[in-house]
Amino acid sequence: MTLLAFARGPALQAALLIMIAGIFWRLAGIFLLPPRAQHAAPRHSLAGRIGGGALMIVSRFIPHHTFWPRVAMSVVLSTTFHLGLAIILLGGAPHILLIHQVTGLTWPGLPKGLIVISSGLTLASMIVLLIRRITHPVLRMLSTVDDYLSWLLVFLPVLTGILLAGETIGGYGTLLALHILSVELMMVWLPFGKLMHGALVFAGRWGMGMNFARKGAAT
Amino acid sequence: MDDRETMTETLCAMLARRGFGRRSLLQFAIAMTSSLALPPSVAPVMAANLAKATRRSVIWLSFQECTGCLETLLRSSSPTIDSLIFDFISLDYQEALMAAAGDAAERTLREAVAANKGQYLLAIDGSIPIKDGGVYSLTGGRSNVEMLAEIATNARAVLAIGTCAAYGGIPKAYPNPTGAVGVDDLVSGKPIVNIPGCPPVPEVLSGVLVHFISFGRLPDLDDRKRPLAYFGTTIHDQCYRRPFYDQGKFAKSFDDAGARQGWCLFELGCKGPTTHNACASLKWNGGASFPIESGHGCLGCSEPDFWDAGGFYTPLAGGSPPGWRNAGIAAAVGVAAGAAAALAARGRAASARHKAGPSPEETP
Repeated sequence: MTLLAFARGPALQAALLIMIAGIFWRLAGIFLLPPRAQHAAPRHSLAGRIGGGALMIVSRFIPHHTFWPRVAMSVVLSTTFHLGLAIILLGGAPHILLIHQVTGLTWPGLPKGLIVISSGLTLASMIVLLIRRITHPVLRMLSTVDDYLSWLLVFLPVLTGILLAGETIGGYGTLLALHILSVELMMVWLPFGKLMHGALVFAGRWGMGMNFARKGAAT
Repeated sequence: MDDRETMTETLCAMLARRGFGRRSLLQFAIAMTSSLALPPSVAPVMAANLAKATRRSVIWLSFQECTGCLETLLRSSSPTIDSLIFDFISLDYQEALMAAAGDAAERTLREAVAANKGQYLLAIDGSIPIKDGGVYSLTGGRSNVEMLAEIATNARAVLAIGTCAAYGGIPKAYPNPTGAVGVDDLVSGKPIVNIPGCPPVPEVLSGVLVHFISFGRLPDLDDRKRPLAYFGTTIHDQCYRRPFYDQGKFAKSFDDAGARQGWCLFELGCKGPTTHNACASLKWNGGASFPIESGHGCLGCSEPDFWDAGGFYTPLAGGSPPGWRNAGIAAAVGVAAGAAAALAARGRAASARHKAGPSPEETP
């Protein structure tokens, strides 16, 4: 069995099953958390609380103006790399093909040149963010193995993807196999580390926004 | 012309007899140096060496095969010098072509090996079955494994022609009932050239033969022992539909508007990006076309294990996902594990609270 056949077959199946089991493991744990006692009367109706949750999903994209000067760099770089990832994942024709194969959903892809530019911006912003994490004393102190491993497991698919698009180093088959394997590594790690925020971020914001609205706090 | 004269006749003399002049030979040498990715300055040397060259003995053994490789090499569309190269070799043994049969054929093989010991090229088409002592393919009562071991020993070099001989090919496809393997799995200590393809491109074999006849050695090979000049790039690299791949324009079905405009067949399962061969540049049937030009994606037939590589119409970007049933089982396992962990945590917390006594909130 070639490396590519392994990546497209047994490795893909194992990675998807581990990721699905891990995500449901995390979700079950979250949903079965004991509910906290609410002793105060709610400040808003259920509709108001749902609206508060929805508002927080949006409002947390932009930091409060008080903090803007300190976090501007992080916000711009993080937004760049998250947007870049979204463009790569949702605009790359091969990615759409894979999504179509698994879910049946499809949409038009973007030209390869745009995907390559997005990949380049994503890689550059990730590298700057890593340098900042390493050189900033507080960020360095707060960082754990999870942070660095999660960074690496996102960086590798983008790196192998841009090499694959350019077909500059190695053959297409080898690069494709390495790209798929790197994505599979990320899928395996996703439920068990900070990458899980990809699945929880909006639900988490929504839950927090509902809680804030219940207490009458600004969302 | 008797046999001795035939063996000592030079290629130049043979071509003259067939109506080709020296100019034609030089033109052929220029085309061949280009095809073999050699510098243009080599062309006159090649032409001179070819003109002086005498016949080379080739022993061709067909093992577990369909005869497609031999057919494609013989079915030349026009009598070019390229095809006459095949006439110029002394094909001393080939079961499908020779008049002799039975014991006479076996005797011919023994005589050819003895007469050209250490000098003949051994061409193999077909895979070699090794399961159960190799009983699944016998010639004259002898297994392919036995014949290969004996005849390869005295060969100058071994040419594995076609994907079956190179890597095991279709006979090796799952579940490989005969234990089929390629030549390289069995022969060691001899130069081996793999010319894969199902069937292989005829011009590649003639290129290898011309190189061997001209320079007395085999052409440069890649890590899979394929002639680098022909297998150094992928079909995708040389495909005329490549610009559409770069623009993200893909045919969605074999008869849609995109397909009619010649858009890339990647989404229809084309294996061009991972297939090394010269189909897109040399093409087939006298340069008429090749599969992608005829509207079908590349099957990747010159790559190892192409038959088991996940389906001809599955895009390379796709794969073999686990299916909804297995995904459901994985989700159920995840929910069960998460619920068990959460309930255990709740139990531990309740136990800790019980040990600690009532909280201030609960105290009246």
